[in-house]
Formats: sequence, C-alpha cells, structure tokens
Amino acid sequence: MSQMLVIVGYALRESMRRKVFVIVLLLSVAFLGLYGVGVWRAFRDTTGFVGPDEIGLDPTVITGATVLGLAMFATLFLGTVLAIFLTLGVVRGDAERGLLQPLVVRPVGRSSLLLSRFVAAAGVCALYVAVLFAIETVTTGLIGGWWPDNVVVAGAELAFAVVVVVALSLLGSIFLSATANGIAVFMIFGGGLVAGLLAQIGRAIGSDTLRSIGRWASLALPFEALYQSALHVITSSTSGFERFALELGPFGGSVGGGVGVVIWSVAYLVLVGAVGLAAFARRDLP
Amino acid sequence: MPPALAVRGLGKRYGRLRALDAVDLEVAEGELVGLLGPNGAGKSTLVKIACGLVRPTEGAAEICGAPAGSAAARRALGYLAELFRFPGWVSADELLVLHQRLAGSKGGAAERGELLERVGLAEARDRRIEQMSKGMQQRLGIAQALVGSPRLLLLDEPTSALDPSGRRTVRVLLEELRSRGHAVLLNSHLLSEIELVCDRVAIISRGRLVAEGSPSELSRARGVEVETDSGVQLFEGATRDDAPGIVARLVAEGKQVYGVRAVATTLEDVYLEAVE
Repeated sequence: MSQMLVIVGYALRESMRRKVFVIVLLLSVAFLGLYGVGVWRAFRDTTGFVGPDEIGLDPTVITGATVLGLAMFATLFLGTVLAIFLTLGVVRGDAERGLLQPLVVRPVGRSSLLLSRFVAAAGVCALYVAVLFAIETVTTGLIGGWWPDNVVVAGAELAFAVVVVVALSLLGSIFLSATANGIAVFMIFGGGLVAGLLAQIGRAIGSDTLRSIGRWASLALPFEALYQSALHVITSSTSGFERFALELGPFGGSVGGGVGVVIWSVAYLVLVGAVGLAAFARRDLP
Repeated sequence: MPPALAVRGLGKRYGRLRALDAVDLEVAEGELVGLLGPNGAGKSTLVKIACGLVRPTEGAAEICGAPAGSAAARRALGYLAELFRFPGWVSADELLVLHQRLAGSKGGAAERGELLERVGLAEARDRRIEQMSKGMQQRLGIAQALVGSPRLLLLDEPTSALDPSGRRTVRVLLEELRSRGHAVLLNSHLLSEIELVCDRVAIISRGRLVAEGSPSELSRARGVEVETDSGVQLFEGATRDDAPGIVARLVAEGKQVYGVRAVATTLEDVYLEAVE
C-alpha cells in the first residue's frame, strides 16, 4: 500500500510538472473569463427578449441552463484533454522511452503501478473538473441569478465521466503507442458525443433508430451517459414548456439516466480495469 | 543456498523469430559473469526475462530461488536497462529517494550519499537529471540499481555512454561489489572490460549459449612467438614449456634471438570464433 502511495505521489508530481497541465490551466482561465462575459451578455440580452409572464417561460432558466450546459460540455472537453495527455503514454509510451522499466522491476508490481497511475490521473482530472464546474456554477448564479437544481450530482457525474475517459486512455496505453492512443481516445470521445447528440435529435423527432444509437452508445461509452445525466440534473425540477424548450437544445437539457447510469459506469470501470490489469500483467516490455 | 540467478532451458519466441533457445546459465552469489554476444543475439532478452519484464516461452528463470518476475525475485535484484531514462524533472537525490521507497530500503540519506559517492556523483546530488550528461545519467542509473543493496545486479551495457575514467570507476565498483558478495550479470560489448573484471564469461549467439567459462579457460595456447634477426616467427601449437627448447634450437642454428613470448588466444579471438 505504501508503495502504491509512492507511485501516486510520483504521478501527481509528474502531472504538475508536465506542460500540458499549465496549458490546460491557462486555457481554463481564458475559458472562464470568456464564460463570464458570455453569461453576462446572454442574461442581459435575453431578459428583454421573452417576457416571463406572456407564455409562462422564464428566460432566466432557459438562458442559465443553456449557458451552463455549454460550459459543462467545455469542461468535459478540457477534462478529457487533461485525462488523455496525463495517461496516453503510461504503459507502452513510457516503456518505449525507457521510463517504465526501472519502476516495474521494483517490488511494487505491475497491478499496483497501473492502479496507482489511475488513482493519480483520475484524482487530478476529477478535481479539475469539479473545481471548474463549481466556478462556472457560481459565475452563472452571481451574474444571472440562476442556480442549477442539483449542483452536487451534476458536478460528480461530470467528474465521473472524465474518470471513465482516464480508464479508457490507460487501457489504450497498454496496447498503443502514445500518439496512436491519444488519437484513438479523442476519436472515441468524439464518437460518444456525436452518438449522444443523435439520440437527443432522435428524441426530439421521435426516431427510434436514433434513440437506439444513443442507448447503445451510452452502454459502450458511459462517459457520454454520465454527461447527459449531469446535463439533466441541472434542470431536473424544471417542467412544462421550459422543460420542452430546454430539451430541444443540445446543451440546455437532456434525459437523465438515474442511478442506473452510475451503477453501470462503476461496473464498466471495474471491467476496463480488470482487462487492463490482465493485459498489462501479460505484456512484454521492450 | 540457491544461486543468485538460475536459468534453465530458457527460450523466447517473438512470432516466428526465436530470440532465445534452450539457454542454461547460473550466476552464483558473489560471482561476476559477463554476457557477450553480437547485436540481436538475445542477451538483453535474457536479462529482461530475469527482471520479469519479458515472459519466457519455454524454460524458467529464478532469482535467489524465486521465480523471475515474482515480488520476492524483484526484491532481490537491481537492474539497469540498456535504454533507460529517468524523469528529467527530479534531482539525483530525489530519484534515489523514489527507488528507496519502492525497494523498501531503510538506508535513508546515508545510503543515498554513499551510492552517489561511489559512482562519482556526490557533487551532483541536487542537480536535475535533465541537466546531466548521458554519462552522468548512466552513473546515476548504476546507483539506482544498487539501492537496497540487492543480491543480484543485472547491468545491461552499463558503460556504453561513459568515458575511460567513468569506465574505470564502474570497473572498480564492480570489483568492490563482488568482494561484498553481490552477484553481477554484466551484459556488455566491451570485451576488454569483461576480460578485466569477470570471473566467468557466457557467449550467446543466435539465441544459443555457445561458450561459457572463465576468461583463462576460454583462451587457449596459440603458440610461441620468437623475434630473431630474420623477423618474428610463430611456432603454432607450442606451449610456454617448449620456449627454452625452441630458443636453444634457433641459437644452435646461428640465429640471433631478441625476444620470446608464449601467445594465447584472446577473448576477442574466442568470441569471434564462437559467434561466426
């Protein structure tokens, strides 16, 4: 256990030293600045656009949920960039560079090493996503006066979505070189988002085929289901025409997966972990 | 007591390529064994199997009686890879701290200071690895392999980036390790180095062990070389004991003898004969 903590500490220090972490932080600050300006303009412009008493539509809810939904997508994307760049070369990439061998021959063992790297990367990415989401929520609330219905669950599901990406990227790093793994995980991430968008369109137009695509994509790539569920819970108490309007947009609302999504995601994580540990245990290192 | 390294019937295939074929080798406690062979002969594969980095296709390797790759085996060995790299952002001291923790060493600062001193890096303990030359990194790699005072050291080309002075430092270090009872398997292309420090030499070619023995066992008498007024003459097959008779005969024939020496095959001759 103490050796696992040593590897976790080593991986955390490595994360902080990597330029990608600084770049992601700078991008995050730039994004948050832009987001603040965007929120301020969006609320200011939409207040006079639709009157709350005319058709029972509260523009604050529509605007708040839509801009925060957009911010959640950006957060998921930035979290995924961080997750991929922290893990894309953990096994094969580091082995090809000769960084892994001195660690693997120590008594710490391969499974402990992989689990430690997962814990470190998942911890960094989940914390990053949670902090970013908290800042976005506070920004939206303070500027626009709108607060999501369930901040904690939304933030937790968003962070969990990035943890799933970390697990997939670590699994890919066992089989693929760093560059190939990075490309592969980004493509999987993009594929998952597109599938989710198709499902949303399917629900709007009543297409069973598109809805099925979304359902299967959520099973195969649960980070997408977690993201959709997080989008859903920020307006879970909203109903009526506002609910309908939100579900039309790609960011403002979605269909929640409930506890089932979380349970499946945990099972998926365990499955990916088991496959990764078995593959790493059998793999020859150059 | 089981040998530090025992390899029996070891084989490794990479697809259709046979990298190792039925290799048997032992390294006893306190023994320094040199592993020689051309590029691609299978030397590094053997070392990697012993470390648990690569799984054998056939046979088995044991470190101090424990199966290679097991936690017990890893606790007993120190390893320096041929193509190693350490994270550039840590200092020499921090790297050794990391490996002390992973190896479960209780040596603390005293062990780190002693190791850095032994490899000639005492002045560079706080220097970041990215600011070190390749030679300094290789010395640090040797220090890293020695963390926790392992019973078996597996060194894959440990002096490839070192200057003559650095090589001498490593040679002295290896002799010191042997005197302390550590076993060392030294994989190197430098025949002179192997000849100078190793108790025993194993030569691998095309995955097979083709020669094994002490440097003196492997070398054999080649003849007696005599320098006379008519030039240098080699009496093939003659031994040192034949030298006085040869000289007497030449003098009797009226030749002027300026020098005489018994010549034996060098490790290089043995190596080239074995691998060609």
